Amino acid sequence: MPLSDLPPDGVVIVGAGPAGLACAATLLDQGDTFVTVLDAGSGAGGQYWRQPAPPADSSDPGALRPDAMRGLHHDLGTFAELRSRLEAGQAAGRASLLTDHHVWTVVAAEGGHVVHAVDRSGGPGRERAVELRARHLVIATGAHDRSLPFPGWDLPGVLTAGGLQALLKAGDVALGPRVAVGGTGPFLLPVAAGLADRGATVVGVFEANSPTRWLRELRAVAANRTKLAEGAGYAATLLRRRVPVRTRTMIVEAHGRERVEAVTVARLDASGHPRRDTHRRIEVDAVGVGWGFSPQLDLAVTLGCALTADASGTPVVQVDEWQRTSRSGVSAAGEACGVGGAALAVAEGRLAARGIVGASASDAETAGLREEVARLRAFAAAMHRAHPVPAGWADALRSETVVCRCEEVSAGTVRHAIAERGATDARQVKQLTRAGMGWCQGRVCGHAVELLAGGGSGSPAERLVSTPLPLGVLASRKSRAM
Amino acid sequence: MSTFRFDDVSIPFRDGQSVGAALVAQGILSWRTTRLEGRPRGLFCGIGICFDCLVTVDGVPSQRACLVRARDGLDVTTQEGSGYAAE
Repeated sequence: MPLSDLPPDGVVIVGAGPAGLACAATLLDQGDTFVTVLDAGSGAGGQYWRQPAPPADSSDPGALRPDAMRGLHHDLGTFAELRSRLEAGQAAGRASLLTDHHVWTVVAAEGGHVVHAVDRSGGPGRERAVELRARHLVIATGAHDRSLPFPGWDLPGVLTAGGLQALLKAGDVALGPRVAVGGTGPFLLPVAAGLADRGATVVGVFEANSPTRWLRELRAVAANRTKLAEGAGYAATLLRRRVPVRTRTMIVEAHGRERVEAVTVARLDASGHPRRDTHRRIEVDAVGVGWGFSPQLDLAVTLGCALTADASGTPVVQVDEWQRTSRSGVSAAGEACGVGGAALAVAEGRLAARGIVGASASDAETAGLREEVARLRAFAAAMHRAHPVPAGWADALRSETVVCRCEEVSAGTVRHAIAERGATDARQVKQLTRAGMGWCQGRVCGHAVELLAGGGSGSPAERLVSTPLPLGVLASRKSRAM
Repeated sequence: MSTFRFDDVSIPFRDGQSVGAALVAQGILSWRTTRLEGRPRGLFCGIGICFDCLVTVDGVPSQRACLVRARDGLDVTTQEGSGYAAE
């Protein structure tokens, strides 16, 4: 869509997940501005409400149906409501949803920003450059699984926990038949429950932390009873499907030649180190591991938005009471402001919209949203404290274990850069070893390298081009601008 | 049922699935070898972040199998190294 086709005063929302959809729906209700929502996926929903791509031929009996995915999603009612409000906006000519659009950068321009995206809806080799002018920009880019390396984690069949769930939600494929789920955090439960419900044999959920850590967080839990009920629902499914949940246990190795064939799990001692005398080998066909999530900060970092740290020390976008960032005309909502789940993202998306249309801070709706955000943020902080990465996560790493999957940099090389060459953070390790320099730009190995270097999460990597794009797309962009 | 070609095999898929989902549904877990050590790779993050599931689609290398939608008659081939024969 050429730049000139778009109203110059519109709001552009990057991300059609819970935060972006809620923001769009509220903007359409409350304001008269034109709203454009871009998403890299094939439809609205984000990762949380991920759906199969809409069928090309609606009469195809074999096509995947969103309805068939019921039971895998939580709070689909909210999704249906938000999506229908966006669709009504589209029908009224007030909104546009651009799917298969990967935003690769945003630059400041007179009166706002210009959003640069690649439209991949035409398929490989038919990418198209798209530029949108935004009077106001909303960063609702969500998060991705946080991974930590372990021996064998690069074997085919070892995925992130979110990867296993994405296959289920969008493809109706339950990887297995025998699957192990590990890492830490409440997210492991719905992943395991979804797989078990779809016929996979879940050999275990291996949660590194002890549930007793939640006993220190009773206030946050008591204030968020729906979260407790949600967790109890998944726990009941796991019980019914006879899925063992092993706490203070982690997957320390995946075994196999051309694909994963087994895992070794170990109990963690009181200080969070795996005990060698507790090693147990379990045959599996697939593995999903997740250590929480990392917010996608690329656009915020590129724009120079101020960052802050969440309860786990992870850098997140700093926002004010209207979800506004430190950059004029740029708001952020959802996981980019700290991982906290879909309900929080929805509340923040609504609040961001109210800020953009200039709602009164004293109206009941705004006050209610702020209360909800504070309550859910307190729960998120409790979750981060209850599910830290255990101190001994790297004990099982061997010198030859791959840390950077893209550039094939081993743990030995990374450790050498730190111990012998004085690297103190991920950036220096990258310069010395190429870890984090490949296709994924350190999204997968960055956190692990930062931990190995002994730092906290440090300052996030700046990625001026946040998704690889064909040179032809850049060339077409340039020729049009001239 | 609709199918696409993966090397010399015909892969059935359900409309709406990605190339990656269709492949793993057939028990195929890897379709790329790494540039340095030639190790097999397939899906890892499943959401377009990690670039491990790169595959050549209709002659265009380095496409993310988890994002490319399966379509009838698509020609999908294993990617070795960077996907460019000249390397």
